[in-house]
Amino acid sequence: MSGIQDFRQNPPQGFKFPSWDRVLIYPCALFIVCWSVGPFLWQMSTSIQPDRELMSPTPHFFPYPITFEHFVNIFVGKSFHRYLTNSAIVTVTTTLICLLFGSIAAFALARLDIRGRFGILGFILGVSMFPQIAIVAPLYVLASNLGWLDTYRILIVIYLALGLPLVVWVLFGYFRSIPQTIDEAARIDGARPMTIFFRIILPMSLPAVVTTGLLCFIASWNEFMFALAFTSDINHQTVPVGIANFTGVHYVPWGDIAAASVVVTLPLVIMVLIFQQHIISGLTGGAVKE
Amino acid sequence: MAIAKVQSHETTLKPRKIPFNLWRPGPLVLLLPALASIGAVSIYPVLLGLWLSFRDTTLSSPTDTFIGLGNYFQLFSDSQFWNAWIHTIQFTTASTLLETLLGLMIALVLSERFRGRGIVRAAMLVPWAIPTVVTSKMFGWLFDGQNGVINYLLRSLGLIQHNVDWYGSPDFALGTIIIADVWKTTPFMALLLLAGLQTIPDSLAEASVIDGASAWQHFWHIRLPLLTPTLLIASMFRALDAFRIFDLVYVLTGGGPADSTEVLSTFTYKHLFSALQFGYGSALSTVMFITEIVIAVAFGVFLLRKMREIGQ
Repeated sequence: MSGIQDFRQNPPQGFKFPSWDRVLIYPCALFIVCWSVGPFLWQMSTSIQPDRELMSPTPHFFPYPITFEHFVNIFVGKSFHRYLTNSAIVTVTTTLICLLFGSIAAFALARLDIRGRFGILGFILGVSMFPQIAIVAPLYVLASNLGWLDTYRILIVIYLALGLPLVVWVLFGYFRSIPQTIDEAARIDGARPMTIFFRIILPMSLPAVVTTGLLCFIASWNEFMFALAFTSDINHQTVPVGIANFTGVHYVPWGDIAAASVVVTLPLVIMVLIFQQHIISGLTGGAVKE
Repeated sequence: MAIAKVQSHETTLKPRKIPFNLWRPGPLVLLLPALASIGAVSIYPVLLGLWLSFRDTTLSSPTDTFIGLGNYFQLFSDSQFWNAWIHTIQFTTASTLLETLLGLMIALVLSERFRGRGIVRAAMLVPWAIPTVVTSKMFGWLFDGQNGVINYLLRSLGLIQHNVDWYGSPDFALGTIIIADVWKTTPFMALLLLAGLQTIPDSLAEASVIDGASAWQHFWHIRLPLLTPTLLIASMFRALDAFRIFDLVYVLTGGGPADSTEVLSTFTYKHLFSALQFGYGSALSTVMFITEIVIAVAFGVFLLRKMREIGQ
């Protein structure tokens, strides 16, 4: 569509763009913003509207009157904070272990002499492409033999394996971009690999590590199928399972669902907006420049 | 003298080999925690699943014997399996195509310089960050048959006379799920394509301008061919991901109405955790696994051939 505007990337001297090009790009941009943000804004608006307004034949895009009854409902009536606690425990533990294991592995792959490193990276990537339904049954059998059903442990172990490929790949790309001469200088000074990693590479890569942690956090926070299969009560169920179970007997409590969605998603959206530049360069190996 | 010294360092350091020693963490030892975590949850379960698929294991009864290919024969004559299979292929094809097209359009817009581009890029990441379960519920509310905003908007525009029960009717349910999936995953696609676009040197655009090519010609003959490998890789990832769709369907329709949105993952899940047929369910998931490998190999072969064409 906007191939028309290609040339503006680096306009040759004296080349003049037709003025309508500039006009055309803004409707496109506006469409992208509305399409991306619109549904969530409506969800936010829904969460503070009383049920009576939600059931009226003409929806009100700007909430009036404002009510917080849905938020009260989910915390008082549905103990939503317990799901949040479960999710927080599982997700934070997973993210920390994932960063530790993943960054060490990425360091070894990127900066130490390992034969067949691309074979190993290919294996790691291949695992992340598995249909997850293919491992849910065997893992269920294993977990039930170990007595690990309805525990945080089982979810953490699974999410660790789901998150590690992402962490290893993103950090591998980042660690590769740090000049090798830094390692060599440290090595001359007698530093061992782990010293180089913890004292030099890791501190240098802090922004990338934080971003990767955020990606891993989002992946575990949002996971649904394993949480659904491996936990059966509110003591261990995570937020996605909690929201999926929000169904009324006579009608669907859309207001409560919207409130829960906002509680769960707003922190993620804010974090993503803050770190967006790092996330984009992390996901694309630095290929997208501002 | 100084140069000689540096060179001697280089020659001693170049191989960068650390002798393998269990007590000093060599490179492979550093990989061990990560590889063990991944292997424990992937290789072993896949093999165990393969083994289960040859048995008639049912958790609700004591039957557990080796039945060879029995499950696979049952599967090929199971009309519900083929029903789910067709829906999965329809969903995978439609969502991958739509996401690639829309993603390409968004990437082309975002590769331009204009005021407020940072905001558009940030906004684009919002659907990606939202949990799929929330996306499901959100589209459930947007497309609600009674009070949904989509019905209201379409009625206001005069496109429909009466409310449509989007995901409650077999005719529209799969389409609604495809729209929700396109919304959720197009940003990721756009991001990958944007990365690909930005690796194409700007000098090519200048050359096109000098040669008097139109913008359309430039896109069609220069950018698109150069972007083809990225397009193929990105759509392969999307296709593999779309093929295993579970959350959206399970939460929005549960496979209904009248099995019109049943896909392989939900079908398998029901066999596993509602019927507790672990043997048959494992055969289903093994078939899915093999299909994923076939998709990946097909894309890989196609990609290699395209790359060779471009190379020549």
